[in-house]
Order: sequence, then C-alpha cells, then structure tokens
Amino acid sequence: MGAWGLFGMINSILDVEEQIVVKAKVKPLVPAVEDGRLSGSRAVLEAFLAEDVDTIFGYPGGAIMPIYDALYDYNDRLKHILVRHEQGAIHAAQGYARASGRVGVVFATSGPGATNLVTGLADAMIDSTPLVCITGQVFAHLLGTDAFQEVDVVNITTPVTKWNYQVTDANEIPGVLAKAFHIAKTGRPGPVLIDITKNAQIDKFDYKGYERCNHIRSYRPKPIVRREYIEEAAKIINAAKKPFVIFGQGIILGKAEKEFKAFIEKSGIPAAWTILGLSALPTDHPQNMGMLGMHGNYAPNVCTNDCDVLIAIGMRFDDRVTGRLDKYAKQAQIIHLDIDPSEIDKNVKATVGVWGDCKETLPLLTQLVEAKLYPTWVEKFRELRKIEDESLINKELSPTEGKITMGEVLHQLNLLTGGDAILVSDVGQHQMITCRYGKFTQSKSNITSGGAGTMGFALPAAIGAKFGAEERTVVAIIGDGGIQMTIQELGTIMQTGVEVKIIILNNEFLGMVRQWQQLFHDKRYSFVDIASPDYVTVAKGYYIEGNKISEREYLQQALQTMLSHKGSYLLEVMVGQEDNVFPMVPQGCSVSEIRLS
Amino acid sequence: MSTDKNIVSVLPGSPLGAGGLRQEFTITVYTENQVGLLNRIAIIFSRRKLNIESLNTSPSEIESISRFTIVLTETEDVIRKVARQLEKQVEVLKVYYNTNEEIIWQEMALYKVSTDMIAEKVKVERLLRECGANAVVIRKDYTVFEVTGHREETQKLVDVLEPYGLIEFVRSARIAIIKDSCGFHEKLKEFEETQPGEEIVENEYLNRQEEVFSM
Repeated sequence: MGAWGLFGMINSILDVEEQIVVKAKVKPLVPAVEDGRLSGSRAVLEAFLAEDVDTIFGYPGGAIMPIYDALYDYNDRLKHILVRHEQGAIHAAQGYARASGRVGVVFATSGPGATNLVTGLADAMIDSTPLVCITGQVFAHLLGTDAFQEVDVVNITTPVTKWNYQVTDANEIPGVLAKAFHIAKTGRPGPVLIDITKNAQIDKFDYKGYERCNHIRSYRPKPIVRREYIEEAAKIINAAKKPFVIFGQGIILGKAEKEFKAFIEKSGIPAAWTILGLSALPTDHPQNMGMLGMHGNYAPNVCTNDCDVLIAIGMRFDDRVTGRLDKYAKQAQIIHLDIDPSEIDKNVKATVGVWGDCKETLPLLTQLVEAKLYPTWVEKFRELRKIEDESLINKELSPTEGKITMGEVLHQLNLLTGGDAILVSDVGQHQMITCRYGKFTQSKSNITSGGAGTMGFALPAAIGAKFGAEERTVVAIIGDGGIQMTIQELGTIMQTGVEVKIIILNNEFLGMVRQWQQLFHDKRYSFVDIASPDYVTVAKGYYIEGNKISEREYLQQALQTMLSHKGSYLLEVMVGQEDNVFPMVPQGCSVSEIRLS
Repeated sequence: MSTDKNIVSVLPGSPLGAGGLRQEFTITVYTENQVGLLNRIAIIFSRRKLNIESLNTSPSEIESISRFTIVLTETEDVIRKVARQLEKQVEVLKVYYNTNEEIIWQEMALYKVSTDMIAEKVKVERLLRECGANAVVIRKDYTVFEVTGHREETQKLVDVLEPYGLIEFVRSARIAIIKDSCGFHEKLKEFEETQPGEEIVENEYLNRQEEVFSM
C-alpha cells in the first residue's frame, strides 16, 4: 500500500471517528451565553468568530486547558491545527497570514510553550506580519511565585511584539481581544500577544457581546496624508531624468498592488524589489528590473548609485538592501513613502518623506506624475541585465554539465507551475536562489523569513500558507540545514493531510555560511559540513511520499511527479556542494561594487 | 521641537548621523496609564545602549494620562529617532523633545547632616541661605535640608556640606515644563475625535449591546 493509500485510510478512520464523536455529543447546540454569563475561554473563541478567524495553530498544555476545553464545542466553526512544536505553530500562522492577508492566530501554553513562540514573534515583528497569539498563564494568585510553568511572558515578549497584555480578569477578555485584532492588522501590522491567566479563562462573567475595536486614542495606525508632500514628490519625479522605484512589502500589506502597477505604468519608471516586496508586481512585468541588495540583480544595484531620483515605497532600507550606507544613492534625491513614520530618515535621509498608507498615497501621486518613458535609462538596465545573464544567470539556470544547480531546479519548477504557485523558502543560499529565480504571477506568493532570517521557517510556514490559500499550490523550498530545524512538522502534515510540496536542495553544507567562509575566511570551513538523514525514509515514516534525485536528466520528471502527486510530497535534490550565490555585494561595500563572481 | 506625526522633514543633502553635537535633551512622553509601559519605554533606550540620566513619571494636566520626563545626552539625530520609536508604541500619545533652553526645569535634592555640626558652624547657616535651602526636619541628632533648582544649584550645597559631614544625599529626577507648549488638552481632543472613521457608525450601533445582543 502506497503512503497515500495508507493516509487515505487514516483519513477515513478519522472521518468515522469524527462521526462517532458528533453523534456522541448528544447535547444540543450550546448557546453561547447561559444566563448572560460566559467563561473567559468561551469569550476568547466568540471573539475569534466575530473577527472571522477560521484557523488556529496551536499546542495545548496545562495553563491553556480551559480554552482547549471550550474549543471542543467550537470544533465545527474553528479549525485547530495541532502542530508538533510551538515554533511550528507560530511560523504556520505567519505563513497563513502572508498567504491570505489575514490575521494568523496561535495558541500556546504557559512557560516553555510561550517561550517557544519568541523566535516567531521576533520574525513576525521585523517582517510586519499580523498575528494574535494567546498564551495560557498560571492562576493570577500564583503570579510571581515561580509556579509550575510560570514564565514572565509579557516582559520576555515586549521587544518582539507590537503590543502585548496580560489578562487576569475574565471581564477584560472581549475588550482586550478586540484591541489585539485591531492593533495586529492595522497600520504597519505586527504580532500581538495576549497572556491569559487560568482563572480568567475559567471564570464566568456578564457577557455583553463582542464589539470590534476601531479606535484607540493613543494609537494612530495611519498618519494623515499631507497633499503638499505628495505634490513636492511629484515635482521631483517629473523633473527626473533617471528615476528608479524600489518597493517592499508595504505594497502587499497595504493591498495596493493595483495602485502600484498603475503608478509605475503611468510614470514609466523602472522598478526593483526587496525580497519581501517580491510578487507584489508580476516578475515578467516589463518594468520589473529584479531584486535589490546583497544577492540581488546586477542592474538594480548598480543603477541605485546612478539614478537621480530614488522612490522607495513600503520598504525600510534594510542593511541587506543598502550595503554600505554612506555610499548609498548619494547622488539621488530620495522620496520615501511609508506608513510607519519612524522609518522615514531612520537609515536613509529622505528628500521628501510621504507618510501614509500607500493605498492612499500612490493614487494621489499617480495623478500628479506625468506619463513618460525613459528609453535610454531603461536600456541601461537591460544592458546590465545582459551582462548578468551572460556571465552567470544562463549558466545557473541551464547548465549542461556538473551537478544540478539550485537555479535550474527553480527554472524547471517555474516552467511547470507557470509562476502560479506560492513558494515558501527557508533561509540561506536556496532562499536567495528562490527569490532571484522564482517566477510569480500574483501577489502574496513569495513567503520567506526576511528581516529575521529564521532557519526552520519554511516547513511550518508552508503548512500555514496552504491553510491560508487552499486553492493554490504551495511549494516549500528548504536547505538541508533548515529542514532539520523543524522537520518534526512533517507530523502536522501527516495528521492534517495538508498538501505541501517540499523540495530539499541538499548541498551537504550549511551553504551560505560555507560561502562566506570560502570568500572571507580563507576556506576555513568551520562546522558547516552538516550531515543529513535519509529524508525520503523520514518522510515515509510520516506516510509522506518522496523521491531523491541527483542527476539532471531526472529533474524535470521528478518535479512533475511531485506536483501532480495527490497529497504532500518530498523531493530531495542533490545539488553542487560548493556552488555560490552570485552576484554579491560583500559586507561593507557599496551596492555598486556588486561582484558577479 | 516635536515629532509631529504628520510633518516630514525636507532637509536635502543632510548627511545621516551628522545630527550635530551631543547635548542634554529632555524628552516628554504623554502616555496612557498602563502596567508594563515603563518597561516598553525603557527598552527602547537600552536596546540602543543609551543611558538614561534621569527619568520621572507623574500624572499630567489630564486625568488618566501620564507624563514621562526623560533626560539624556545625545545628538539630536539619535533623539529624534528614539522619539519616533517611542511615539510608535500603542499606548504612547505624543512625544516632544527639547533642549534646555526650551524648557523650565527643576530637580529637588535632600541632604541629611548632623544637627550639632550645623548649630556650631555659623558659616554653614549663611551658606544654606545662599543656596536657598529649606530645613524639612530638625531633630536633635540630624537635620534634613531641601533644595530645588538646576543641577548646579543642588550640587553646590553638596560641595558646601561635604566638608562638614554629609550623612545622606538624594536628588530627584528632572521635571520639566515646555515653554512653548499649550498643554495637551487640545491634542487629546484631536486624538479622540479625528481618528474614528466611517466604521464608527457601526460601532455606535454595537454600543447598544443590551438591545442588540440578546444571546
């Protein structure tokens, strides 16, 4: 019996059990409120329903048991995905949020359950992902007594949350949760953590219904748009000879893809993206000039230091994008559009800063800019692209000898998916290759850990992405290092039957660190030769079908089999051990000093 | 100087990091009164390894709104960035930062000295008068003086009393009033009124909970 057959059997057993359970529940539909009183736990779940939450990623434990007990009665309205580790839960919620554009929701228990969320919180914080995490906490009267599984979660998570709060009284729950969702998803989104003591989960209180929160007086998610700065920006753009647009995730978070496209198409300005901005504009759009930064494309990096006006939209001038700051676009006037006022002038001084939601500011700017073309300027991008194509991209994508390259895996994958798949990458060389060569036709399709660079992100995030966009193909592309950090989530795939395609690009090294050791540490390969288990066998243990290839001639067929397989599938591809990712802006160098080899 | 959320700087060519000389700045932060907020504010400084010289929290001119007064010596560039990070916090309403010329400020100090010593030394009495010190407590064994003023003024009495045996000394954090400020009443009204969008209509409807929610 094939793995799928077995899985189908498990599924049908589950179905039968499900039915039995449903029948066993003889009690009629439980009214949400009995005598106008509701437990704190139920209030949490009622809040979720009111906020249109459909999926929760979590792991139960002592201090969150009352909520899990309540969840038992909400099973028909709220889907709970039982993960294998809390880090898996939060990364899955991130994947869900990034693929769906909605808020990801997480449950974890107190103590270690909560501390296991910290990496994901930090990741969501720096990548502006809207999350609401609920952690259980010991009884309020035990706070500060070093009780079993008591950890000061609120203080631990303060620097890595947009907002956090400890609830000690059930009465607070509806109000606090309404605030939590409002804060998580508005303005520059971010993770919110609500720590609820066990007594607040158990206690019943007079429930007055749930009100969504629209306003907190001390919190202004969107700065008021000032027309004068938009006019000033338009004036500078209209006078430009060599303008250049660089865009980030702000476009996707602001759901402003259409507005952005209208802006660049009218203005005729070439555009390039940060890795989190990728997929906001289709990769084959004629004005899409590629990726910025350390392993970005040649043309956009070189042209950053040649343009006369640099228009940054919804991006934050991360050091991986700017390279050496004091040699970054010094010749250019800089227009910076961002929803977060603290980003303007933080790293790069703006000539004009346009504060606001780009969904609002872009149409205003589009109105004022003149319709133009910059044939000579765009030609320069094309010429530089040609240099990059000839010196490295062609070899990377279509090699004829040697080991399989990561680039050709992406290339073949693009041909098969047509760019319609969601690609979830982990962190390292394969991530840069995925972002450089992945083809995207629609937004919210590139999911990766950008600012935090969290290895182990991709497998759980891909699970979450599939739940967030069930109609789409989700392909996780992971290195042999990252997969071993969260490989336990294969168990989540097994149990839920979620369909995730997993490609392991195995170079038998921690490749990115090895590359740096080769280039900057005299090839002293210090602890980067990581060994791998037999991944196909591991997958088989989880009833997931798989295959391993190392020959070029089997690559296309193997990818095809993976994609057409019904259910999850793991494909391990052995790639060149000491292949490097180029181009590269070495640390401490300016973006125009980008190296092609 | 204020970090008005809606004003952008138009400073072409001003190089980053060249925010001028390090000098003393007083940051005034209007906040909601909330547990944990002190920590959230403090870590914004500690994350950047900035040493807070003085920090005071107190009620403000408006009930339920707290006022933090934070003093540190840094370049204006750093202070501006920190102020924006502070203002970004959900429970922070408004942040101002000022140089010493732009504020009226005071610190208070208490000094404990032996009463015998004070009684014997006529000279000390005169010096105390010069420093504007008030006696808060006079006991047989010790006397506590108080001085309110700028750092130099409170420090002056330390220097005076030290030769005669200063038993205990403590100085409070700085509190400051911004010369140009019209108070926070108007701003607060703006915060409470301008933000609610069209959705507020629905919210008002929901406010009639008893009528609407009869679950």
